[in-house]
Amino acid sequence: MRLQAENVACSRGGREIFAGLSFSVHDGEALMVTGRNGAGKSSLLRTIVGLVRLTEGEIRLEGGRAEASVAEQSHFVGHDDAIKPALSVRENLVFWTRYLGGAADVIAALEAVELAPLAALPAAYLSAGQKRRLSLARLVAIKRPLWLLDEPTTALDSVAQQRFSVLMQAHLRDGGLIVAAAHGPAGLEKPRELRLGPP
Amino acid sequence: MKSFAALLMRDVRLAVRVGGGALMGAMFFLIVVVMTPFAVGPNLRLLGLIGPAILWLGGELATLLALDRLFATDHEDGSLDLIRTGEIPLELAVAAKAVAHWLTTCLPLVVISPLLGLMLNVEARALGWVALTLLAGTPALTFIGLVGAALAVALRRGGLLLAILVLPLTIPVLIFGVAAANAAIAGPAPFGPPFTILCALSLASVVLGPVAAAAALRYAME
Amino acid sequence: MAVIDFANPTRFLKLANRLLPWLAVATVLTFAYGLNGALHAPDDYQQGATVKIMFLHVPSAWLGMFGWMLMSVAALGTLVWRHPLADVAGKAAAPIGAAFTLLCLVTGSLWGRPMWGTYWVWDARLTSVLVLFLLYLGVLALYWTAEEPGRGARAAAILTLVGAVNIPIIKFSVDWWNTLHQPASVFRMGGSSIDPSILHPLFAMAIAFTLLFVTLHLAAMRNEILRRRVRAMRLIQAQGLASA
Repeated sequence: MRLQAENVACSRGGREIFAGLSFSVHDGEALMVTGRNGAGKSSLLRTIVGLVRLTEGEIRLEGGRAEASVAEQSHFVGHDDAIKPALSVRENLVFWTRYLGGAADVIAALEAVELAPLAALPAAYLSAGQKRRLSLARLVAIKRPLWLLDEPTTALDSVAQQRFSVLMQAHLRDGGLIVAAAHGPAGLEKPRELRLGPP
Repeated sequence: MKSFAALLMRDVRLAVRVGGGALMGAMFFLIVVVMTPFAVGPNLRLLGLIGPAILWLGGELATLLALDRLFATDHEDGSLDLIRTGEIPLELAVAAKAVAHWLTTCLPLVVISPLLGLMLNVEARALGWVALTLLAGTPALTFIGLVGAALAVALRRGGLLLAILVLPLTIPVLIFGVAAANAAIAGPAPFGPPFTILCALSLASVVLGPVAAAAALRYAME
Repeated sequence: MAVIDFANPTRFLKLANRLLPWLAVATVLTFAYGLNGALHAPDDYQQGATVKIMFLHVPSAWLGMFGWMLMSVAALGTLVWRHPLADVAGKAAAPIGAAFTLLCLVTGSLWGRPMWGTYWVWDARLTSVLVLFLLYLGVLALYWTAEEPGRGARAAAILTLVGAVNIPIIKFSVDWWNTLHQPASVFRMGGSSIDPSILHPLFAMAIAFTLLFVTLHLAAMRNEILRRRVRAMRLIQAQGLASA
């Protein structure tokens, strides 16, 4: 499986964010997108998943399900956690697993992010870090080859960061792909780096 | 289909759980209806004559104002991004949210409308028919309002903007809804033709509304 | 024990638990007495047996207003003394007051059917009660919308006091509006003095309703305190896990 971007360009509101960008990511490989604030890291991830339209070029996921779009084969983790405070921890995760793909072992996924004891609590009671962990639990619960992570570890403490890096390594070992926007190493071992920035 | 059901159920659950959200529309409806006699006077004959019109206006405003935050909350907390990575097209996801809104906001309106009709001295035998016109017409209001709710997200505004965008589009629904309700009460015009047109408007909106709303949302999220 | 001692939630819980069974028994007994009296009260020479609806209608109207008064006092307690129990009292009273107000509207409408020939007439008194019901709905909506109990408290207290100031104005306006429009065709209860054979059970029913209100209110306050404790404990649970 291979994520292939060819000569990709994106502009928003008349301003060109990036152009002429080509890269590929193979299975078991992680690509770390770096760059200063406003360099277009988030935009690139949103472009890959199809939330933002390309102005030029093409992005494909080769070797996946032929009929499925990149979005359907990706987990997108943005700045927001997509968690409803009025629903319980478990209900939040159950909803996303049902919506994104069907049956899943929700409790096992909650255990992977150490939230299983809080499954019955309303998500409103969670701290920012716990909400982020709940948001990441769906990556464990539903198998999708491509993970698109926009600074996934911001709210996490060092213990949780370590734990998430273990999850990421496991995903790569299983033949998954990761594209992460980050300032630091983000817990990835020897990632390839794609530096965005003003030319 | 599973994704559709999951989203529908989540929205229903949220509406029931968050701040009595499901009842707010019905409360607003009640208040609009109660305010009218203060404006036009408590004359029961007059109220009986304009009763269906008041019920329809109140029902329409309640439906549309409740739509205000339909996409805004999902947009703000990032849910909308994830909804687009699902296996159903955005059009269907949008429709699921609209159906949930109809079930939680419009259905209570339809249910309490006979009671409010009674207070407005609408003829007792016609109360069921008036409720039926609301049942048939509120899907049109919801699915037309859907487009406004999506545009409101795109423009980062809400409230009055939604009403300004959408109300003119719902004029046909109001015309045929009130016509059908009046026909049920007084005649002599038959109930059938305006009611059939009302149903047609609803069906057309159910098909077209989600397409337009999805387009607006795609634009909003860029 | 001084009154201030009951202001401690834990002590309040103890007291409420001790009082509630007695209050419940007293409520049932007074209701039995009052209903018995009401059933044996003579029919009105004009209205026949329908006059008996009055035994439910009048006390519930009274308690609908009493509920708002209670909430206003509680609102002062919340805003001026910032007492935690005051908010609990106000929040617990709102749905009960609303329920009695609704009961008053429903019985009034059922009473109106034989009197006016229709279920609803925009009679000044009934309409004022309806507006009171709408005010209750507003306070309830405010409580429902507030995600944290503490935040809703002050907002609801302010709304309650604004309502309390407004209620006489609303009542006056509705009376004026009604006399402006309506010919005096509406049935009026006043005028003739009420016979003791009716007055006596009416008083009994009023006491029974008041006892019912107090019982329900005390139970609701207890539930609200417990609900807040559950919430606090769950928050601690969530935090405890984070620090572990």
